[in-house]
Amino acid sequence: MIGFISYLVNGISLGSVYAIIALGYTMVYGIAKMLNFAHGDVIMIGAFVVFSTVSGAGLPPVVGVLISVVACTLLGMAIERIAYKPLRKASKLAVLITAIGVSYFLQNVALLIYGANTKSFTSVVAIEPISLMDGSLVISGETIVTVIACIIIMIGLMTFMKYSKSGRAMLAVSEDSGAAQLMGVNVNSTIALTFAIGSALAAIAGVLLCSSYPSLTPYTGSMPGIKAFVAAVFGGIGSIPGAFIGGILLGVIEILGKAYISSQLADAIVFAVLIIVLLVKPTGLLGRQIQEKV
Amino acid sequence: MKKALSLLLVGAMTLSLAACGGNGDSASTDSAAEESTTTEETEAADSEGGEAFKIGGIGPITGGTAIYGTAVQNGIQIAVDEINAAGGINGYQIDYNFQDDEGDSEKAINAYNTLKDWGMQVLVGAVTSAPCIAVAEETRNDNMFQITPSGTAVECVQYPNALRMCFSDPTQGTESAKYIGENGMATKVAVIYDSSDVYSTGIYEAFAAEAANQPFEVVSVEAFTADSKTDFSVQVQKSKEAGADLLFMPFYYTEASLVLAECDKQGYEPTFFGCDGMDGILGVENFDVALAEGLTFLAPFVAKSEDEMVQNFVTKYEEAYGETPNQFAADAYDSVYVVKAAIEAAGATPDMSVSDLCDAMMGAMSSVTYDGVTGKSITWTDGEPNKAPLVVQVSGGEYTEL
Repeated sequence: MIGFISYLVNGISLGSVYAIIALGYTMVYGIAKMLNFAHGDVIMIGAFVVFSTVSGAGLPPVVGVLISVVACTLLGMAIERIAYKPLRKASKLAVLITAIGVSYFLQNVALLIYGANTKSFTSVVAIEPISLMDGSLVISGETIVTVIACIIIMIGLMTFMKYSKSGRAMLAVSEDSGAAQLMGVNVNSTIALTFAIGSALAAIAGVLLCSSYPSLTPYTGSMPGIKAFVAAVFGGIGSIPGAFIGGILLGVIEILGKAYISSQLADAIVFAVLIIVLLVKPTGLLGRQIQEKV
Repeated sequence: MKKALSLLLVGAMTLSLAACGGNGDSASTDSAAEESTTTEETEAADSEGGEAFKIGGIGPITGGTAIYGTAVQNGIQIAVDEINAAGGINGYQIDYNFQDDEGDSEKAINAYNTLKDWGMQVLVGAVTSAPCIAVAEETRNDNMFQITPSGTAVECVQYPNALRMCFSDPTQGTESAKYIGENGMATKVAVIYDSSDVYSTGIYEAFAAEAANQPFEVVSVEAFTADSKTDFSVQVQKSKEAGADLLFMPFYYTEASLVLAECDKQGYEPTFFGCDGMDGILGVENFDVALAEGLTFLAPFVAKSEDEMVQNFVTKYEEAYGETPNQFAADAYDSVYVVKAAIEAAGATPDMSVSDLCDAMMGAMSSVTYDGVTGKSITWTDGEPNKAPLVVQVSGGEYTEL
């Protein structure tokens, strides 16, 4: 029983990281209608910025995280401006391939700057682990911070979307960008803002990911990025609560599958669940059915 | 603007075509010039044409396993420079060209073809197992002498034209089980291995087979794959619940650093035992070396060894590349000297065909006994080196030979 609770806690912790990454994916998809495959690599860049500022330059962790958020926000906006904006009118496939190109570009830039050697990431979380039931159940500080951060981010984003002017502009662009433009919404700056928020989330995700799993290479972001994309599809891509639920479920299924079925088949189980969900509900758990107008 | 760009591209294409169409010498000078690490001596030898042994190397110098490929590339370079400075092999200089395979089998074949066009006669490579197996099929067709410094999978040397410098996976697994058993290091052993990697699986299988003959019991076996190697919480927790007092980790140090951190997080303190993939764990930037205290592993090479040859190699390597060589660099360095020993024993010359050279060198290998930085009096049987592994323990933040 304690074993089960412990697995569950680990699953929720891993799932929260997936959820934060998935929130970035789902926002960009919902508003710009494109899959930003470079998202995972922005996570890696965010983690490297913290590594350089905290472990390298010796700044306090909070300052390092803030610098990382600012750097990733700027990076996300630059990527959007340079690589995606010129393709706004191009085919979906062209944008997708460009995103993959940006992903490789970021990986190789990190490879050039930091080299291929693995770096060990010092956790930015200073909270002592909570020990329950005579030490048989240990909940690490990273887990607590990750889960709380994930919930705050989700609630914050939903409030922002619902009540702020720019948030409603985003919703309008996601409904129909052409009509939104006619109504006086600046589509380009709205999309730029989306990328800015998504990339800021990526920086936070990168810090939390590497604090829990302290190994950092230029390829650190790619696999969690793909898993988070799966989580976003699972929950219904474009939906913010969907990304949250999808991320948590994915993490829990992965850990429990590893613990009780087979540690080798963890990924197979995750994807099998995804396929079943998509067969039953093709738009994902909370996705909306979009009527194609003729 | 666009026109200018396309003109430029056309110009570049014409030039590269011209380079391909040129005679062998100019083409090889091109590649030698591009290879920034190639030394003056090599280029000088190159200009004579046909008067040098052309040794090619293949390995990942970009990508996730770049650390191994770069070490091999540097290790070969040091040996080549030493040999050329000392007058070459049988009086002929060595011409050396290294190509990147990014740790990918298909790219390794491309690299092999590039090297063949360059005129390679002997191959030192590939570095990682899967590309090495792929390239071994090609060298077998061409009957080219191949020595892999670090391809540990059994299949790397399945053909008579190939041999290796490092231990094979089964040898490591068997030796590890014997060492743990004979030294009474544990009664209950847990294993975590990478089921998507031939290196890790190969060691695990041999370990499991030998464990049956040893006085300890394997109480937990957990696996992970290349796609899920960030979270080890389940594997560690299961090992802990099984009550294992020794954790056997037959995989590379990148993942090991995560496993060690996870064990620390869960307050689990078994004896850690690994294989040669652990070499380098103390070099992980920013790694808390206290986590690895007491980690024991089998390795062919310890940079701190007092041995004169080792010290000579380590000093030169540190001067040239500013870091302490790992076992990959050491195996690569030895590989070149083994090539030298085989050519000398065969009395071969660079004007022989690739196939004749291979037959002559392989014929002579049976009489070669080699002393190097990764072992002494090494002989080869069916492509496998006969050498004893060293036992290394992390103590006080440094590798110590036991």
